[in-house]
Amino acid sequence: MTTTEIASVGAAAPEHVPYRPPRAVRYGATAGLLVLLIAFPLAFPNPTVTSIGVFTMIYLIAAIGWNIFSGFSGYISIGHAAYYGIGQYTVALIAIHAHLAGGWGLFGLLPAAGLVCALASIPIGFLLLRVRKHTFIVLTIAVMFIFQLLAFNLTSLTNGSGGLTMPFPTWTGNFFNMPFYYVGLLCAVVAGAAAWWVRRSKYGLGLFAIRDDEERARGLGIKVTRTKLIAYAASAFFVGVAGGLYAPFVGSVYPQFGFDPTFDLAVAVLVFVGGIGTLSGPVLGALVLIPLQQYFYLQFGNANLYLIAYGVLFILILRLLPGGIVPGVTNAWRGRLVARARARQEKAEPEGTGLGGTGPEGTGPEGTGPEGTGPEDARPGAGQKDRA
Amino acid sequence: MLILQAIIDGILIGGFYALMAAGLTLVFGVMEIVNFAQGILVVLGAYLSYALYSHLHIDPFVGLLITLPAMFVVGVVIYWTMIKPIKRDRVIMSLLTMFAVGTVIEGILDLIFTSNLVQTTTSYVNSSVQIGSLIFPVIYLLSFAMAVVLLGALYWLLYRTRFGRNLRATTQNPTAARMVGIDVDRISAFTLGIGVSLAAAGGMVFGSTNSFDAASSYDLISRLLAIVILGGFGSLSGALVASILMLVIEDVVAVVWSPTWGQTTFYLVLILVLLLRPQGLFGRTAVRAQ
Repeated sequence: MTTTEIASVGAAAPEHVPYRPPRAVRYGATAGLLVLLIAFPLAFPNPTVTSIGVFTMIYLIAAIGWNIFSGFSGYISIGHAAYYGIGQYTVALIAIHAHLAGGWGLFGLLPAAGLVCALASIPIGFLLLRVRKHTFIVLTIAVMFIFQLLAFNLTSLTNGSGGLTMPFPTWTGNFFNMPFYYVGLLCAVVAGAAAWWVRRSKYGLGLFAIRDDEERARGLGIKVTRTKLIAYAASAFFVGVAGGLYAPFVGSVYPQFGFDPTFDLAVAVLVFVGGIGTLSGPVLGALVLIPLQQYFYLQFGNANLYLIAYGVLFILILRLLPGGIVPGVTNAWRGRLVARARARQEKAEPEGTGLGGTGPEGTGPEGTGPEGTGPEDARPGAGQKDRA
Repeated sequence: MLILQAIIDGILIGGFYALMAAGLTLVFGVMEIVNFAQGILVVLGAYLSYALYSHLHIDPFVGLLITLPAMFVVGVVIYWTMIKPIKRDRVIMSLLTMFAVGTVIEGILDLIFTSNLVQTTTSYVNSSVQIGSLIFPVIYLLSFAMAVVLLGALYWLLYRTRFGRNLRATTQNPTAARMVGIDVDRISAFTLGIGVSLAAAGGMVFGSTNSFDAASSYDLISRLLAIVILGGFGSLSGALVASILMLVIEDVVAVVWSPTWGQTTFYLVLILVLLLRPQGLFGRTAVRAQ
């Protein structure tokens, strides 16, 4: 009985399986968060505040999308701004050439932005996913810069550094940000649902196997190239949608703001801060960091200060909580639960054998200290493999 | 003749790119760290030379006597404070850490120097030597000579000194090097210091031949990484050959086609090479997935 009790708090699971709170807590928290996000602009209709909300939604979509590929497969991409930019240009070009009026119709272009990105990502991904680790990271950046150069140089299509101007929405005043916010929220929910499905599907299991050990995953019969490519295309889709939302909101598209290296940094930072490879990590990271960033920007009006703040924060997170906030907190919580269950067990059977019942996998709270944070951290031999 | 001129320009410019790329590839060879901050460190070196020249009127080439040791210290400090504490997933964690370090430096440089473009305009920056119909800008000749001297010194350090032998041993196998009594941490710190100094030397030339601001670092780092990947991560001679090759290709394309496309071909060459030979031209081991 005591064994099952401990197992129910997740202590009997191997250490690399992250602890998950009970289903009721997870679903309740998700629903509560959703209600809060829906109510937010109604409670604070001030346009300054709601525009922060819109930016948060844009980054939320991008972060969830980025995490589907980079978080779940372990291939870190710092070049997803390529799709952010393609999404922006897709929406802007269609709107201009089809002479669309500003307004609700532009939101109909979001799936198009996503699809164009997904289609573009397939040959790119096929090329990039031939290499791993640092070479992969570096090549993703190179691809992003190729697109930036193309946007600067294909002046007949993109108007180069002059940029493109979007048709202006018909809404005004306090209502202006509302449609963008709610459409963004809807897209974020769709992205979250996609991530949730991947996380618990057999397909997602293949993705995690690739993250843990690609050779072994291949040996087990997982079609690694196809699996990675699908995740890459899916993440490109959502980042493209985020770009497609950004363009009509800001009203213009420029090469350096579409294919923006700081966008890459921001997305990576907020997913790392929240917890890479988790479902709630990107959400937490985006909801905390983006409002903070926007606030700093409005307060000090200086882009450099938050560049410095972001860099310092990123270094601190990498140093102190390499797995991010979510795994760090849940593992500490698991440690607490285990300690409490163990105390109860010892009280129940004073002559008992302590933790013997949980077998070799019984991990005490000391095993889940600050070191055991991310799922990949506990992988045996992870350190040596880097040299291989 | 234009093409011959472009090839010569490419070789001369490739010389100082080789310096910066050598720093990057050397650091990778010793500790498997992709120094993503190399671009902004080049810009930092450029700003140091610029500040010395514009405020104290020290010639940038003479100023290297100050900037090189200063940047060496920067590299050593970065190693001990940023890289050494990383325990797990060194390759990716160090890349991300250096990315973050670069961002912090960029923000600070932007605060100090603002985002106005500057250039170290010495008296000889616009003078050139003409032989027949070929033009040799003096600054490129000087910088090429400096690159040859510094790279020669680097080769001497690596292949003729005890330190170099220890460094090469660490590159081959850090665990075994530690076992035979080599202080790997000290070697690593020194290597990062050397890599950063080389970035500063390259930055001095970059700042004299281009107008730059902190944001120039993105362009620089993507070029340098392309060069290092093409040459093969960790290969010093690969980096030298690839720098010259890439810059010649860029300059020739710029002359034959259009300057705006020069840099794009630069990346296209990179992707083409990686399709055919993922380990780069001189790479020892492939880092590939299939």
